[in-house]
Amino acid sequence: MVEMRDGKKVLVTPVSAEDLKDIHIGDIIYLDGSLTTCRDVAHRRVVEEGREIPVDVRNNAILHAGPIIRPLEDDKFEMVSVGPTTSMRMEKFEYEFVKTTGVRVIVGKGGMKENTANACKDFGCIHCVIPAGNAVVAAVCVEEIVRAEWRDLGMPETLWNCRVKEFGPLIVSIDAEGRNYFEEKKVEYNKKKDEQIELISKQVGFIK
Amino acid sequence: MTKEAQVKKMTDMMAKFVGFTGIKLPDDVIAKLEELRAKEDSPMAKVIYDTMFRNQELAVKLNRPSCQDTGVLQFWVKCGTGFPLINELEGLLKDAVVQATFSTPLRHNSVETFDEYNTGKNVGKGTPTVWWDIVPNWDGCEIYTYMAGGGCTLPGNATVLMPGEGYEGVTKFVLDRMTSYGLNACPPLLVGVGVATSVETAALLSKKALMRPIGSHNENERAAKMEKLLEDGINAIGLGPQGMGGNYSVMGVHIENTARHPSAIGVAVNVGCWSHRRGHIIFDKDLNYTITSHTGCEL
Repeated sequence: MVEMRDGKKVLVTPVSAEDLKDIHIGDIIYLDGSLTTCRDVAHRRVVEEGREIPVDVRNNAILHAGPIIRPLEDDKFEMVSVGPTTSMRMEKFEYEFVKTTGVRVIVGKGGMKENTANACKDFGCIHCVIPAGNAVVAAVCVEEIVRAEWRDLGMPETLWNCRVKEFGPLIVSIDAEGRNYFEEKKVEYNKKKDEQIELISKQVGFIK
Repeated sequence: MTKEAQVKKMTDMMAKFVGFTGIKLPDDVIAKLEELRAKEDSPMAKVIYDTMFRNQELAVKLNRPSCQDTGVLQFWVKCGTGFPLINELEGLLKDAVVQATFSTPLRHNSVETFDEYNTGKNVGKGTPTVWWDIVPNWDGCEIYTYMAGGGCTLPGNATVLMPGEGYEGVTKFVLDRMTSYGLNACPPLLVGVGVATSVETAALLSKKALMRPIGSHNENERAAKMEKLLEDGINAIGLGPQGMGGNYSVMGVHIENTARHPSAIGVAVNVGCWSHRRGHIIFDKDLNYTITSHTGCEL
């Protein structure tokens, strides 16, 4: 479901493919509902080991992140700091992961490539960036840690299933049409980089 | 004070200081980020900077690490031969990290290689990393602390160029890294470059360069010129905050150098993210301390 709230576009889980149709790269959105941290080893387990993910992320969101958690009483936990980790590490697994789990929103840091872009296009999914290093802003959007699964992976890699409220800002980096913000920007960056290398090289001929 | 009491005192102080550096950024980083924030004009860059500054305020207010990746702790130690705790220093720094891991808290970031398990205490074989400089005929001790997060560790790279590739080759090596890995490493970055004789000498210098205050320059005129050229050049690429586009890419470029073998130019690059959690503290022989990186920090 998509809601407009004080000028903010908020995606509320469960999210349908239809909900993502008017969301494009470069848009800034927020998320309400079910968000589960999921990173390296969890992806490997789902894709390579063929294990069933113990938290249902279908039509929900995952976050590439390894948080700092404080254990409370009665098997409850507090989210102290949570921010995204480099999404590119999950790139090689993401097509199969989206296909298998039916996740709709992937939140992380930095860009991803064609595997993920194809998954977004084929299965109706988006990848967003939450500005990284802002772990307290993100943590205060977590209302409750509902479940913790695959705890054997340790604090950073456990699947922390959270209920979030206006989690964001999320900047859309791959939309459901498969357009990729970072890959488009990279073309521009590389062109400018080549110009700069030429310009600087003319001024650093120190070996004569 | 007994030796035991001294060790406990310094351990407690270092644990507190390490924890504090995870919550509040150093003065020079905050000042530079404020300067860069004011120079961005796109709505997206503004939203990102607004989030960054709100996060730093919340971290202090709620007393929590500002970034969840509190890194592997690294200590750059300059220790006088007469410092009373020179023998205990490395052990007490390890204890301080364990203490901070639970009291701050810090994320568990030490995975034993080959056995591949997380120790859960942020210490392991060789971690935290401690680099020593011994200062003869001095009874004080100076320590740089650094939280080396995963994101900004990834772009690190070192190679040995042939002299024919020259400083032009150094330029290409550094700039290529910015558009391939740098944009994912949380710009605006602080870029450290080591120019030396082999991979390990260059690599160590490239990280050491990140301990220098922002705005400082290499004392060699040509190296300082190259710092400025690289800074302007990387800024012109326009990575912006989070690599999503903007007018600036870096907080600075620092080059550290040594002499080289005539047949080789060792070059390395290391980056610090915008959340550059560096601390600097100096102890005298009585364990009185001076913190130069963070005003208003009391242990």
